Amino acid sequence: MSIQLTDNAQGIGIRIQQEMTIYTAAEQQQVLYEQLRKGKNIQIDLSGVTEIDSAGLQLLLWLKRESGRQSLQLRLTEHSEAVVEVFEMLDLSKFFGDPIVLAKQRTSS
Amino acid sequence: MTDLDPALATFAQESEELLLEMESALLVLESDPSDSETINQLFRAVHTFKGSAGLFGFDQIVAFAHQAETLMDQVRNGERVIDDVLTSVLLEGKDHLSELVQHFLATPDAPLPEALHAQSENLIARLNPEQKPANQLPTEPETALQTEDNANFAIDECWLISLDFQQDALRNGMDPLSFIRYLLSLGEIQQILTLYPNMPDGQDMDPESCYLHFKIAFRSDADKKTLEQVFEFAADDCEIKILPPNARVKDYLALLDNYDDHYLARLGEMLIQIGSLTEADVDRALKQQSQYEQEAASQEAKPLGEILVEQRVVQKPLVEEALKKQEQTKQKLTNESNYIRVDADKLGRLINLVGELVISSAAMNLIVQRHGISDAEDVAAAMNSLVNSMRDTALELRMVQIGDTFSRFRRVVRDVSKDLGKDIELQINGGETELDKTVVEKINDPLTHLVRNSLDHGVEPPEQRVAAGKPAQGRVTLNAYHESGHIVIEISDDGAGLNSEKILTKAIANGLVKPDQTLSQQEIFQLIFAPGLSTKDKASNLSGRGVGMDVVKRNIEALRGSVAVYSTPGQGTTIGIQLPLTLAIIDGFMIGAGHEHFIIPLSLVDECIELDPKECQINEVEHYINLRGNALPYLRLADYFACQPHQRDHQRESVVVVKFGQSKAGFVVDQLHGEHQTVIKPLGKVFENLKGITGATVLGDGQVALILDVQKLIETAVQRSRHRFQAQRPTFH
Repeated sequence: MSIQLTDNAQGIGIRIQQEMTIYTAAEQQQVLYEQLRKGKNIQIDLSGVTEIDSAGLQLLLWLKRESGRQSLQLRLTEHSEAVVEVFEMLDLSKFFGDPIVLAKQRTSS
Repeated sequence: MTDLDPALATFAQESEELLLEMESALLVLESDPSDSETINQLFRAVHTFKGSAGLFGFDQIVAFAHQAETLMDQVRNGERVIDDVLTSVLLEGKDHLSELVQHFLATPDAPLPEALHAQSENLIARLNPEQKPANQLPTEPETALQTEDNANFAIDECWLISLDFQQDALRNGMDPLSFIRYLLSLGEIQQILTLYPNMPDGQDMDPESCYLHFKIAFRSDADKKTLEQVFEFAADDCEIKILPPNARVKDYLALLDNYDDHYLARLGEMLIQIGSLTEADVDRALKQQSQYEQEAASQEAKPLGEILVEQRVVQKPLVEEALKKQEQTKQKLTNESNYIRVDADKLGRLINLVGELVISSAAMNLIVQRHGISDAEDVAAAMNSLVNSMRDTALELRMVQIGDTFSRFRRVVRDVSKDLGKDIELQINGGETELDKTVVEKINDPLTHLVRNSLDHGVEPPEQRVAAGKPAQGRVTLNAYHESGHIVIEISDDGAGLNSEKILTKAIANGLVKPDQTLSQQEIFQLIFAPGLSTKDKASNLSGRGVGMDVVKRNIEALRGSVAVYSTPGQGTTIGIQLPLTLAIIDGFMIGAGHEHFIIPLSLVDECIELDPKECQINEVEHYINLRGNALPYLRLADYFACQPHQRDHQRESVVVVKFGQSKAGFVVDQLHGEHQTVIKPLGKVFENLKGITGATVLGDGQVALILDVQKLIETAVQRSRHRFQAQRPTFH
């Protein structure tokens, strides 16, 4: 299972264990949308995201906006290196507002 | 101003042109005060004027022009705003300058009369009413890309890149992120904004569509072309705008300043050459421009510069500077090359000589033919055609566009309509129509009178117009076009139209027309040109001034022209003036009647027919020719001019059908000689009142041929045939 879900009182936990690209975006959106509709806070573990492209990024932006609309909390955690790279490049860390904890040391660009 | 020294004469002419330019610019500004091009034009005119007045040491003119120039400069820099009051003062200022010029030209050394001096002071005071607080034009926000927190980097040194990806970008295999990654190899991103304004809500968001837009402040030494190449592959799927760093603008401006000004480049070309734009930018802007044009066909096309700024690919100051440069180049080029001022007298002499040449060449042709020298015939024919084109070219030299004459009326219309309390717009069509300068000069007065007439009598006061369901603003239209060797000038208004009953009553009261006379509509309208007939109940100071309508008509007829009046009650009146294009040389058609030769202007000849009993019969009793079933009034020229009769028995007569305006008639003649280049020689005083003849010409063999006044002759023919028809009625003449 590439996306693992946990659902408890604190909210929904989503652990994405695959790339977030144009190839997976449609499927991932489906899953994410279903979770969104439950109206609970969401926490996403990005540690398994091996690769992220524009489509994947869009999905995160979309999720952020949608959850914001429903006044739900969206937390991104355990950013993988690929995600960090994109967030840094586009200066999006502040936008998502989640602390980025680095699993490994990364080389500064 | 006859014995002016030549330099002063040049100044006189130049200043007149500049003053006219000022006036027309001011009138444009009155309707569109924000037109920066016109403001510049006005400024340049004032500036040049000041300069040339300075050359001659006309200090008072300089002093006054300087004030106007300063003011214009303020306007140009947006420190003052042009409004109605200001344009009015400036228009008065222009008149004042014109008076000053007249004064100095007449008496260069005399001191300025007190009155003029006082006027200067007064106008200067009104130009600067206690230095109004500068009306701050809202400064355009430099760029929308600039963000609030630019404290930690100098945005001035950054390229501003805007990438708006299309929805299909992902499906087409693009990954926007990879472009940005590549961009990083060329420099440093100082700031980046990721936007997705078009992303649909909820489930409607299609994860495979691209909604990403990026705004990037980018620091790099690369040039625009290189940066653009980064996004080359995305060009189809992304709207890319790259705005050079503001800091670079200085460099570009310097480049522009050194720009080669020996040929006129287009705005886009210039900006590409200095590197602030790429061809792709310009192509896009041009595409946008044509799109705008299609969307709003009626509206003015948006200038390219404006679109470029709007698309945020170039800074406004750059475009402005480039446009300025372009304008300078344009002016330099026109000043350098295209015109030579020639004394009108010299030109007149040349045209006279060409006229003589035409006659001599006709004489030579005649001799060549008479002696049957076949070798010479080719040469003569070649020379003939050369003389023909030389004649045309020589006449063209004197051709001027009527537009200048027309635009002088803008001022007349403005002033008069203000005086009358009417709101009238002048519309000018066909200003590029050309005609002989001598004709233009002579048509000016009649035209002025007719325009004033339209303003005064034609267009009703606003209240009356509104009551009649018309827009409050009246319109007077000046129109000019060519028609079969003539120029037609039309003065139309959208006023109440002529009241033919009123005219007729008045004419009968004045004894111009007998009560029992039947007149056609056109004949009634023509009565407005009769002396002593005013269509308005009360005479105003406008209509009382200057020439009357009878003089107008006489002046026009003196130019071998004619006037027609068309009017529809409630919708307006149109007065059409038909004039020959030139007064010097025409293409004529030579005919023989008795032993005499006559010339008919070729442009008026409709057709020639042999008087064959099968085709057309002459009805001597009722005085018309039956031409293919139509009754055509005719005139037997030999009888009319009492020429010595030819032996008519063995010679068939011919009919030349002539047409002038709407009327037609046939001239019965003995011989048709064919086309003839006719140099018009005016008749002397003694023959001035000859009916039916406007001039004479000398033929190749030295004989004199008379030039027929076709208009008059047609009238005579029409009257004669009508006379027969309605013998019981007296003819209106």
